Amino acid sequence: MTIETLIWLIPLPPLLAFFLIVLFTNRSKGLSHWIAIGSAFLSWAGSMFVFFRAVTTEHLGEHPFASAISWFPTGETWFKIGVQIDPLSAVTLFFVAWTILMIFIYSVGYHNYWQPKGDHDLPGLPPHGATVIDAHGRSHRVPSVEPMYSRFFAFIGLFAFGMYLLVVTDNLLTLFVGWEIMGLCSYLLIGFWYGKPSARAAMIKAFITTRVGDMFMLLGIAYLYSVTGTLNYVEIFRNEEVMHHLATTPAGFLGFSVAGLIGLLLFLGAVGKSAQWPLHVWLPDAMEGPTPVSAMIHAATMVSAGVYMSVRVYPLLSAGAEHGHITQTMAVIAFIGAFTALFSATIAVAQNDIKRVLAYSTISQLGYMFAALGIGAYVAAAFHLVTHAFFKALLFLGSGSVIHGMEHGVLHTGEHIDPQNMFNMGGLRKKMPITFWTFLIGGLALAGFPLVTAGFWSKDMILAEAFGTSSWGVLIALSLAALLTAFYTMRQITLTFLGKPRTEAAHHAVESRWTMTAPLVVLAIFAVSAGWAGIEEGFPILGGLIPNWIHEFVGETLLEHPETLPFSFIPLAISLTVALGGLLLGWMVYRNVREVAADPLEKPLGVVYRILKNKYYFDEFYDWAFVRPSTWLAETFVSLWTDRMVIDGFLHWVAHVTSIIGVFFRTYIDKLIVNGFGDLVGESVKRFGRAIRIIQTGRIQQYMVSALVMVAVLSAIFYYLVVLTP
Amino acid sequence: MVPLSWFLLVSAGLFSIGLFGVLARRNAIAILMGIELMLNAVNLNLLAFWRYRTPELIAGQAFAVIVFAVAAAEVAVGLALVISVYRRRQTVVADEIDMLKF
Repeated sequence: MTIETLIWLIPLPPLLAFFLIVLFTNRSKGLSHWIAIGSAFLSWAGSMFVFFRAVTTEHLGEHPFASAISWFPTGETWFKIGVQIDPLSAVTLFFVAWTILMIFIYSVGYHNYWQPKGDHDLPGLPPHGATVIDAHGRSHRVPSVEPMYSRFFAFIGLFAFGMYLLVVTDNLLTLFVGWEIMGLCSYLLIGFWYGKPSARAAMIKAFITTRVGDMFMLLGIAYLYSVTGTLNYVEIFRNEEVMHHLATTPAGFLGFSVAGLIGLLLFLGAVGKSAQWPLHVWLPDAMEGPTPVSAMIHAATMVSAGVYMSVRVYPLLSAGAEHGHITQTMAVIAFIGAFTALFSATIAVAQNDIKRVLAYSTISQLGYMFAALGIGAYVAAAFHLVTHAFFKALLFLGSGSVIHGMEHGVLHTGEHIDPQNMFNMGGLRKKMPITFWTFLIGGLALAGFPLVTAGFWSKDMILAEAFGTSSWGVLIALSLAALLTAFYTMRQITLTFLGKPRTEAAHHAVESRWTMTAPLVVLAIFAVSAGWAGIEEGFPILGGLIPNWIHEFVGETLLEHPETLPFSFIPLAISLTVALGGLLLGWMVYRNVREVAADPLEKPLGVVYRILKNKYYFDEFYDWAFVRPSTWLAETFVSLWTDRMVIDGFLHWVAHVTSIIGVFFRTYIDKLIVNGFGDLVGESVKRFGRAIRIIQTGRIQQYMVSALVMVAVLSAIFYYLVVLTP
Repeated sequence: MVPLSWFLLVSAGLFSIGLFGVLARRNAIAILMGIELMLNAVNLNLLAFWRYRTPELIAGQAFAVIVFAVAAAEVAVGLALVISVYRRRQTVVADEIDMLKF
């Protein structure tokens, strides 16, 4: 089997798992999860093999592993689709394979496979708990198994197929196919518990918001195809003439070149998919879905797809710019990325739900990646993508473990509290040690704790590039965002794990099962070590010991290998200050929060706190600006006015006229003429008969007289006709 | 021999008288008598033509005998009918027996 065949096969096991589960094993929970995990393992194994082969191949950027088939005819030629593994897709494949496998394994424990069936659990609602009677006759309430267990694994199988497809493919069309499959699965999985109205609203919101982005992306793809006649990466991005042509042709829109406009349109798709401002509103609501969904789709893979795609089309974005300068499109991307990073970091500071904080954190970190791309830091963006996937998946899975522990406590004590509210937690360090340590590692990675966490290295690389290219706006915004990131991360860790339990439920929390904690450990290892692949050369002491492998390897994907900037202490200093300072500040403000008290920041910040808590009222604004007019358009304009008044009105008028004509015909033609004629015939026969029957007197002598008269007459006639005339 | 026309005239005369009786008499029995007269007139006519035209054939005589027989039978039936009607309707006036009226 060649490497290309193996690459073709990588996305298929999860797809097969989806079909098998949906068609055959829906009833059996165990069989379903074995099929799903088996398929994820197969894809993981294939991915690892391909990755190791890729990293040991020279000049993979120039000669990627590629294979294509003809799909449909387009005039004289065929549109070809296929697979391609170059350095960028190799590293993406690496983290996608690991995170997907870990999350599949985690889901077994998350959905309480070994727990009993709930007391009154219905499919469509989250499980409520089961009552067990132990040996002493005491009844306990324990978490119950998810009724729609197999359905979950089917959907995440389909999702994994979509993501693998997106990563291994060699053209934008099948990338878009994978993109949309993931959009569908995101919709299905956010609304996994479809019995909850909030989940239903969230799933629609997610889909429609990303659809706005997808619309622009499709326009971009169509535009690119119409200009170049192909959508294949190698044929476009590694082709000097094509890129030159795209870069120098003006598009006629605000001074963008064709390449710039296409890049902008594609970026808008990424804005939707990766939840950047202004299409960020769906991601926090997407936390309605089960935590593995939040981890996989909304942290590690689907939202990363937007970044991956943008990194992939970087040649388009940067086409036409000389060295050291950025294009219009890149400026837009840098602005949106940096703005979003800071914007959502501020919101995260005031959120109380453990998953919401992480959701805004994801939006913020994705903003980092786009900002990096916008200033030309190609490798840094890709590097941060990889490290972020690991530690964000870790954080989400960790939060799921925390929520599980809290739910255990809630069921045990019967308290009616929100198990996801951090102010109800506290002291979980002692109750859930593995979760604590792995979450701490993930949180420190997110905050950029120096040297031993992956987040430090990738974030430092971005800040260094921002400094090196003199992108001061981006540098300031990202530094502030980093400070806030460290702050809210420590806030989260302090409130959740440190101090003393603030509620009875927190007091009774227990550590999760091995299927949940083992993936946490594995991801924590990556969260620590993944950063060591990207140590800058000029870094004090450590730089130069290991080559900057990420830069060497991923940089090959571009036609022109990006140059390394000279090392400077200033961005390193900024990075250390904001990270350590933010962590310290967060710990200090939150370490003494007792009981279920108010947030210590609420009073000092006052109105600002309320604005942050309500996410700058963007949801309310969008509701007023877009949702209400659309609903009005649908309900009033179209349904009531156009459909019922105009169209139905016209139809009713036509029917009315027809009935008038019909009545006329009935009264004047049918009844008078037709019936009249019929009546006339019958009536005249009757009258004639009545008149004639007088002759029938019953008196035979009269009959005989008339017979005699008739004979005489007839003989006369006969005589006249026969005898006289001829 | 007397000329044939004399016989024919007599039979014609008898026939007319019989016809008049049938058409103009009130009593049903009288109508039957008129019918008898007409039958006899016919017989006379028949025999006259036989004797004066084809005396050698027996057909004429045979025909007359048959007419006699039929007349007799017919009178019997007719009288029976009149009696039956009288028993039902207490009348033999032909004009009053008009049940076949419209």
